[in-house]
Amino acid sequence: MATVSPAPLPRSTSADRRQPKGGRGSFELYAWVFMRVSGVLLVLLVLGHFAIMHVLDGGLDRINFAFVSGRWANPFWRVYDFAMLTLALLHGGNGLRVIIDDYARSGTRRLLYQSVNATVVGLTWALGTLTIFAFTPQPS
Amino acid sequence: MQRLGTLYRGREGMWTWVLHRVSGVAILFYLFAHVVDQALLNVSPEAYNRVIDTYRNPFVGLLEIGLAVVVIFHALNGLRIILFDFWSQGVARQRQMLWVQSVLFLVLAIPPVIAIGAHVVEEL
Repeated sequence: MATVSPAPLPRSTSADRRQPKGGRGSFELYAWVFMRVSGVLLVLLVLGHFAIMHVLDGGLDRINFAFVSGRWANPFWRVYDFAMLTLALLHGGNGLRVIIDDYARSGTRRLLYQSVNATVVGLTWALGTLTIFAFTPQPS
Repeated sequence: MQRLGTLYRGREGMWTWVLHRVSGVAILFYLFAHVVDQALLNVSPEAYNRVIDTYRNPFVGLLEIGLAVVVIFHALNGLRIILFDFWSQGVARQRQMLWVQSVLFLVLAIPPVIAIGAHVVEEL
């Protein structure tokens, strides 16, 4: 097997060690913190959601309009679903933003991809929020 | 010193990094579709039930199992990344953490695979 020489260690400059002083410079720090905080919350919210909807008590078998009516009659589940929707879209949208920054081949394409990402995330959030809060439960 | 020295590429750390990205994008794209199908709740009960009924077949069951596996991987791997960052021993114990992660993955993945797998078999 061919040996591979180690990559040179990155050298930090004084600019790297300077603490961001607010404004645009802090955005990536807040994004980094957000990914960790929202990640922990989403583990709980999503695994709970998946267990109830897909695994327990027959899973998908019992899901229909009446089932959702029963759940969303309780505001707790609307808030739960809204929190999960919002955190998941921000977490996923930010993750895709980082991936696009890594792979976009030019400034123009980056702007295009980032615009599409932000637009689809925003529209999905609006549609999901409308679905949760405009819903009128109908007793079956 | 290991054969690859300080080089990061090519080991389990790289592959979990790749899988984290791929699984994250897959979950996000699933979420877009999932929000659109749930929006039928406000179209009419009949429209919603008609679409949900099309999910009751073995093929969608297999997709459901795939979704469970991908979400559980991303959740556990994300928690391991957080431990890298916030636990002083995180980086030094990364190999052991990957073993713990693998065991937890099996523990968490087996119940949904069995529950949804039973449906897939019933529907065949």
